[in-house]
Amino acid sequence: MAAPSGVAETVAAIRRGSEYVVIPIFALIVSAALFSLFLLALGKSPQQFLELVWRGGFGTSFSWENTLTRAAPLILTALAVAIPARLGLVIIGGEGALVLAGFASAVAALPFLGWASPWLVMPVMFLAAVIAGALWLGAVGALRHYRGVNETIASLLMFYIAVSVLNFFVEGALRDPSDPNKPSTAPIGAANMVGPIPWLKDWLDIGVHWGLVFGIVMAVVLHILMNRTTFGFAARLTGGNVRAARAQGLPVGKLMVLATMIAGACAGMAGYFEVAAILGKANGSLIAGYGFTGILVSFLARHNPIVIPPVAILFGGLAAAGGIIQRRMGLPDATVLVLQGLIFVVLLVSETLYGRFSFFDPEARK
Amino acid sequence: MSDAALVTVATAMFAGAIRVSTPFLFVSLGECLTEKSGRINLGLEGTLVFGAMTAYAISYHSGSPWIGVLAAGIAGSLFGALHGAVCRLPRVNDVAIGIALMLFGTGLAFFFGKPYIQPTAPRLPSIDFGFLVSNPQLKEALKINPLFFVGLLVAVAMWWAFKNTRVGLTVRMTGDSAATARAMGTSVDLVRFLATTAGGFLAGVGGAFLSLYYPGSWNEGLSSGQGLMAVALVIFARWNPLACFVAALLFGGAGAIGPALQSVGISQGYHFFNAAPYILTLIIMIASTSPKRSLKGAPGELTLMK
Repeated sequence: MAAPSGVAETVAAIRRGSEYVVIPIFALIVSAALFSLFLLALGKSPQQFLELVWRGGFGTSFSWENTLTRAAPLILTALAVAIPARLGLVIIGGEGALVLAGFASAVAALPFLGWASPWLVMPVMFLAAVIAGALWLGAVGALRHYRGVNETIASLLMFYIAVSVLNFFVEGALRDPSDPNKPSTAPIGAANMVGPIPWLKDWLDIGVHWGLVFGIVMAVVLHILMNRTTFGFAARLTGGNVRAARAQGLPVGKLMVLATMIAGACAGMAGYFEVAAILGKANGSLIAGYGFTGILVSFLARHNPIVIPPVAILFGGLAAAGGIIQRRMGLPDATVLVLQGLIFVVLLVSETLYGRFSFFDPEARK
Repeated sequence: MSDAALVTVATAMFAGAIRVSTPFLFVSLGECLTEKSGRINLGLEGTLVFGAMTAYAISYHSGSPWIGVLAAGIAGSLFGALHGAVCRLPRVNDVAIGIALMLFGTGLAFFFGKPYIQPTAPRLPSIDFGFLVSNPQLKEALKINPLFFVGLLVAVAMWWAFKNTRVGLTVRMTGDSAATARAMGTSVDLVRFLATTAGGFLAGVGGAFLSLYYPGSWNEGLSSGQGLMAVALVIFARWNPLACFVAALLFGGAGAIGPALQSVGISQGYHFFNAAPYILTLIIMIASTSPKRSLKGAPGELTLMK
């Protein structure tokens, strides 16, 4: 984008940019209206629903704690969708990378338990997760480029395979025999767990783990990478038109593999924090749907890394409010899933509105 | 492994292939029809789950499983119609809409299906071909659901129709080149809308089989990605309905490896055998695609293959 030289051009740029804010917000309002009709048809009060979402997600420091704890993995899994999406790849198996990376980090801790300092164990676990995630989704990018295998389906199949790998080991060779309740790996130990971010805890009484900071930092870093570097430029060019990018001599294949590896590393980080900050071990609870909600977050943010954190917090709040809505309104826990699905559909349909209003861009009217 | 155990495993896999393949068959035929028209519907996973819930609920309330099957088909065609109608808008991506509808359909199915997890609905009956053989295990294996034969019939009919009828030709033309179809005066949007709606109907019926026959109850873990595997299955079958039938049997057999081995006491690696259909699908996709050329039989308009 060329730097605007005059006031009129600045105004025009803001107008054009506002399209990307107004249309998603409009889509959210339409979703809320449709969902309200759905609730009315069931004889429930939409107003009570909205109040509960507010209270359960954003009303108190406790609800903020729940919201941000859920937002942290969502930021990272959404980034895992956004970066490949810039190259035109639709990866929906981030959940698989999260699960496998979480498992890998718990396994990496095993040889060190009981003797090593957390200063050794924590980086080892973190690296294990990032590498596992990067290889897992990187394979999807490689398959796409070298074999022409569709990345959407390959990544999803690999999600199911990741779940089987986790189950195979936690119910077999790596099962902690001292835990009779749920098949899990051995606990990584309290000392090796990631604690809450101190200043958020002290000042605002919100206990959120460091995954939130990692998520936001990654969002900023990837925003810079995609918008201010040659890599980002080449990636966007590839996403715009693969043939043109190839004709320009861009290494399309390498870009695809690299983008999916970055994506996998992000999902892997989410897996690490789920194990190291929440669960303390690897088990079936890793499969919590963060990878799938991340797809939605990324689409709502229009695959723009810097927009992902606020959207993730919005959806984290929605997920956090799920429990209270279910109890107070006598609705099934799938209510939040219905709302999320509805938002996703409306949002994608709203894509058709871009470029249709002369208000946003008087010149490019069509 | 002894001979007797081998026979047991083979029989269990044969029975499993027939039992497990039916939902694969229906959902892949639905996907095949949709893709032949040039569009891809990843939402069939959601349609399958919603169809399963609808079939169970309607069967419970009406007392007739066949009314349940019909209701599942109608519910499925509504999802298909929604996909078909939305995708004709400019700038709307059919793959992404499919993912969204998968989420939405699954959410609605879980939402409305909550009260039906406990009660027992009347199931679909099976036809007993056991009189043909003497082996007691084979007798059990030869209790086959009529929907299996309906699926086979649909596959043959669809294969024949693609080759020999005007409707089949129109669908194929629309899928291969929208420009040609337009030049011939065919409404591309209408053809794709109808193909997606009909595809949704078939997927809904596939879901009905899951809840009303095998495994034969409604719960939230009912479909583990069968609707999505159908997409891979159609690629494997090269968009040929008859090959879809063979591929569905193969997937059914792969899914039955784990339980079959368990029945003779081999439980080691059970979870890996559970993953067999997914690994098989992935291997098939790797083996059957190529970055250089488009696949034989692939509809030219398909975004997935570009």
